[in-house]
Amino acid sequence: MQDILQIGGKSISNRLFIGTGKFSDYPVMKKALEEAEADVATVALRRVDGASKTENILNYIPAKCIIMPNTSGARNADEAVRIARLAKASLLACRQAAACDWVKIEVIQDNKYLLPDNIETLKATEILAREGFKVFPYMNPDLSAARRFVDAGASAVMPLGSPIGSNRGIKTRELIEIMVREIKIPVIVDAGLGRPSDACDCMELGCAAVLVNTAIAIARDPAAMAKAFSAAVKAGRLAYISGIPSQSLHANASSPLTGFLREDR
Amino acid sequence: MIIKINGKGEAVDKPVNLMELILAKGLVPERIVVEHNFKIASKTDWQGIVLKEDDNVEIVSFVGGG
Repeated sequence: MQDILQIGGKSISNRLFIGTGKFSDYPVMKKALEEAEADVATVALRRVDGASKTENILNYIPAKCIIMPNTSGARNADEAVRIARLAKASLLACRQAAACDWVKIEVIQDNKYLLPDNIETLKATEILAREGFKVFPYMNPDLSAARRFVDAGASAVMPLGSPIGSNRGIKTRELIEIMVREIKIPVIVDAGLGRPSDACDCMELGCAAVLVNTAIAIARDPAAMAKAFSAAVKAGRLAYISGIPSQSLHANASSPLTGFLREDR
Repeated sequence: MIIKINGKGEAVDKPVNLMELILAKGLVPERIVVEHNFKIASKTDWQGIVLKEDDNVEIVSFVGGG
């Protein structure tokens, strides 16, 4: 069965987005992206220190992947906008002209929990969406904020499951469920998903996709973990579109209860 | 003169254009993007941008990130 996600002007089939940070090296990262058959990979932009001897990460991202730069390091909307523009210019210079207008807005001032600033993120979203970017804001799960992101022209909203890199799973479940029910653009859970069952859970809730980085990158075998996450995302998605039955407090027999081997009363 | 490069003041003793600065630093032009005074400078313009006192230059490239 074809289950295509239409998002940011693209059609993608793999709803597991993979972050490229924290891998031990680029070949390991490449293998993880390949094993997961990823359609979307995120990257970050950093100042170049000294001679750039390290290799170009883009050479290790499979050609079929849409590259979504993030604006990590931005502490306000202006910085996020500058980083987004630089990222777009970098992609145009180094890689395919197509699909270089996706950007994940990340504006963070809080170094302890790395929680995003929804207000500055919204300002950046408004500016970048007007410039033609496909904007994916990383956000604290909040229905009102999500509605504002929709009005600002975001391509999706990316609420956090738990703090970045914490591997604690979907602690914001109730809020994300509300967003999934009420928001018409894709809801993508980003950050904190620690194991494939967390990703599966998000997909069963009706999220359009998930973004996972740390749990894959720091696994003993990142490529195998990427594959496990990919399978979990597919399973959760299939369950969601199959119609998950409601729960009840009492039992409902699954075998016939017609009495036999005893007298009728 | 002092030019701010990636947030740090650096002394430059003679007039230098962006291309010369990049090459002097041993950077690979294909792998980086440069912002000059908060505007992106396309590679074709590097030769023509002569740096002045207090100019602000950001040199960036992609790394892994989530």
